[in-house]
Amino acid sequence: MDPVFLSRLQFAAATMFHFLFVPLTLGLSVLIAYMETKYARTGEKVYLRMTKFWGKLFLINFALGVVTGITLEFQFGTNWSRYSEYVGDIFGSLLAIEASVAFFLESTFIGIWIFGWKKLSAKAHATVMWLVAIAGNFSAIWILIANGFMQNPVGYTIRNGRAELTDFFAVITNKHAILEIVHVVPASLLLGAFFIMGISAWYLLKKQHVEIFQKSFRIALMVGLVCALWTGFSGDMHGINVSKTQPAKLAAMEAHWETQERAPIILFALPAAHREENIIEIGSIPGMLSFLGFHDFNAEVTGLKDIPKDERPPVFLTFVGFRTMVGLGTLMIGLMVYGWFRRNKLMESPTFLKIMLWSIPVPWIAMEAGWLVSEIGRQPWIVYGLMKTADAGSPIMASQVAVSLIGFILVYGLLGAVGVFLIAKSVKEGPEAETN
Amino acid sequence: MELQSIWFFLWGLLWAVFFLTDGFDFGIGTIYPVIGKTDKDKRVMLNSMGPLWDGNEVWLITAGGVTFAAFPKVYATMFSSLYTPLMLILFALIFRGVALHFRGKIEHPVWKNVWDTLIFLGSFLPALLFGVAFANIFQGIPFDGEGLYHGNTLKLLNPYGLLGGALFVLLFIVHGANWMAIKATGDLKERAVAMSSKAWLALVPVAVIFLVASWFATDLWNNYFTYPILFLVVLLNVAALLSIRFFTAKQAYFKAWFASGLTIVLCTFYGVIGLFPALFPSSLNPEWNLTAFNASSSPLTLKIMLGVVLVFIPIVICYQIWAYHLFKDPITDEDLGLDEAY
Ligand code: HDD
Ligand code: HEM
Ligand code: HEM
Repeated sequence: MDPVFLSRLQFAAATMFHFLFVPLTLGLSVLIAYMETKYARTGEKVYLRMTKFWGKLFLINFALGVVTGITLEFQFGTNWSRYSEYVGDIFGSLLAIEASVAFFLESTFIGIWIFGWKKLSAKAHATVMWLVAIAGNFSAIWILIANGFMQNPVGYTIRNGRAELTDFFAVITNKHAILEIVHVVPASLLLGAFFIMGISAWYLLKKQHVEIFQKSFRIALMVGLVCALWTGFSGDMHGINVSKTQPAKLAAMEAHWETQERAPIILFALPAAHREENIIEIGSIPGMLSFLGFHDFNAEVTGLKDIPKDERPPVFLTFVGFRTMVGLGTLMIGLMVYGWFRRNKLMESPTFLKIMLWSIPVPWIAMEAGWLVSEIGRQPWIVYGLMKTADAGSPIMASQVAVSLIGFILVYGLLGAVGVFLIAKSVKEGPEAETN
Repeated sequence: MELQSIWFFLWGLLWAVFFLTDGFDFGIGTIYPVIGKTDKDKRVMLNSMGPLWDGNEVWLITAGGVTFAAFPKVYATMFSSLYTPLMLILFALIFRGVALHFRGKIEHPVWKNVWDTLIFLGSFLPALLFGVAFANIFQGIPFDGEGLYHGNTLKLLNPYGLLGGALFVLLFIVHGANWMAIKATGDLKERAVAMSSKAWLALVPVAVIFLVASWFATDLWNNYFTYPILFLVVLLNVAALLSIRFFTAKQAYFKAWFASGLTIVLCTFYGVIGLFPALFPSSLNPEWNLTAFNASSSPLTLKIMLGVVLVFIPIVICYQIWAYHLFKDPITDEDLGLDEAY
């Protein structure tokens, strides 16, 4: 076995697992900070019980987010040493800035938040939660700037056999990175909102703790509606940018083989890379791809056949991933708009509540699908146009990676199961009883 | 001083601060099965590091990140050469982190036993392996000019490497026991004090043997003989080590804790100064050593990162000191009664 192949599997497993917890941390932290602020302002106990209930779930998730993040920080060195040497000048500094600007703030203040209920005033305690939320989102910004550099390298020159920084400002204002930020941050809030709505729906269906969960549901619904629309809108802008900077990815996202003007969008297809065509195509809308990619029905869209074979990304996963994300994104917009009209009649809408309960995993699936599109669609490049993934690995033995990969799968599988179990248990225990 | 030398010492400082801060967490986890007799003892121990360990661990992430940013070649070669031990450390840290959070979630002896074991392993293993790894780095690692590793992971467990491991474990035990002497009351406090004294008695000979062995196994002493003024660091180190005992005997546990912290920092600096200018020496050929001068980032990156570090690290230190100050008092029953407590 090839160590690079195993390292790819390991990195994919590790990041995708990390990203099960990351968006919930990002989304819930903001929502909880808002709830706690309400408590600090009004002194109403219902907001305190809300904060504590969601806080308990948040902390279980947070613990898993932190421990899975640490392994990622070191995997660039362990598994991608050629890559690290080549772009460390730029990429390494972004990770270091993330740690010193964001992680310290987040991790120090979460400890104060957990243990500081009796030591700080209500207002100070709520402020601490805001710091955690802001720091988490800062960390997202820096890591996405780092990822943006891999997607669309800017601000560097090749010198001394590596990429060296020439323009830091260009790196942090990279258009690709900014689009990732304005897409992933609202998507995370959307995910947090769906989590709160789904669990609240469960309690509302059972008619327990109605006040807390009706209020929680409404707060989440408001955030969810805005963020569903915002995610879709920024996703569209993202698509336009990708069609300019990464034509191979766009073609793979759409399983688009022939270069043509008035390129159609295909709703469903079964792409076959070895035959360079789609075996099945259902529902094609002429001109739509040109419109979505370039906002012009007549624009020419490069097909995969005009991209050298060794520069084509895997088509199937990229195509399916993109459809999944956009399909679920549209579904969520629909649910949120409908929910908005039912916001004052939640107790009379059991079907809607049931749908929201079962929709808890939907944003997670969209998230993971989005990353598959973005990362697999970038292949075979690790840094687009600059370095191939195949040249990026460490000179290590396949057996070493195989062992650690098995370790990751076992440990993460176990931790994931325990985490889900503990979250479910805390949900069932419900909020604390009312006290005065 | 050139940028690269400044960065070399910042690099050493970040590792030292990581050992200083997370060191007492590792120490507490290591003595956890020994002095934590009852469930309440154990909870006192966990809650005494509860608010702080996560912030402490970020010093590791930052030390790793800064290695990547300032010396990408070192980051690449060091972590791929030491692949297996590093993975072990990372898995150990995963277990420690979740164990702290999850242990108290279910009241069942088996459940608690599992996490207790993981808390011990998750603290002891990193303490040991960091010591083994750094001692081996002092000796040199068998990698070639292409960054290709020619060694064997098991060979890291050579006598000098193990000595380094023992030194780190004992340092962290003393440091952790001193923190418990501050945070605990009653019997547990007494056991912590006794543990600190006993571990100190073992630490002194190990430290002396380590210094002597370094003469034979490494080139660390060369810089000291070139610039004899540097022997001050070693002298200070000895003074710090001795003062731990002095303050413990006077029951001044905060001062004892400062002294053990200072000892950790100075021990790290003993090695870092000896290494200069190499960050990652090759045992095959000194020409392949990765040094502050041949493995660093471009001047522009070093300058930008220096700005970032000089602005943000002092801020971090301020709010972490505030956090320590907030949680400096002994753990009370009220603390353990909090819903969120471990
Ligand atoms: C869009 C957001 C995002 C993305 C793409 C990533 N992370 Fe992450 N990461 C976070 C957002 C985040 C977070 C929300 O800020 C976390 C989750 C829980 C936490 O404490 O912070 C976090 C935690 C976290 C930690 C632990 C920090 C601590 O102890 O406080 C590390 C070391 C990393 N991450 C490193 C990485 C690396 C190397 C990534 C890339 C491969 C990565 N993360 C992807
Ligand atoms: C957390 C969200 C992320 C997810 C879910 C994710 C997902 C993936 C997946 C599925 C792969 C494997 C692709 C393949 O092998 O075909 C991959 C590879 C990779 N990604 Fe990401 N990614 C994420 C974020 C990032 C970020 C933020 C960075 C950089 C900072 C990054 C850097 C890499 C690297 C270095 C590889 C390995 C080389 C490769 O196979 O392309 N990823 N990622
Ligand atoms: C509704 C319409 C949506 C559109 C048009 C859309 C569009 C896009 C595009 C074009 C990309 C690829 C960027 C790249 O390849 O670099 C992307 C990536 C991504 N999407 Fe979406 N998206 C939508 C909804 C969603 C939703 C609902 C979620 C999650 C809740 C989501 C999560 C992600 C993530 C995590 C990525 C990878 C990171 C990135 O490159 O920004 N998307 N999206």
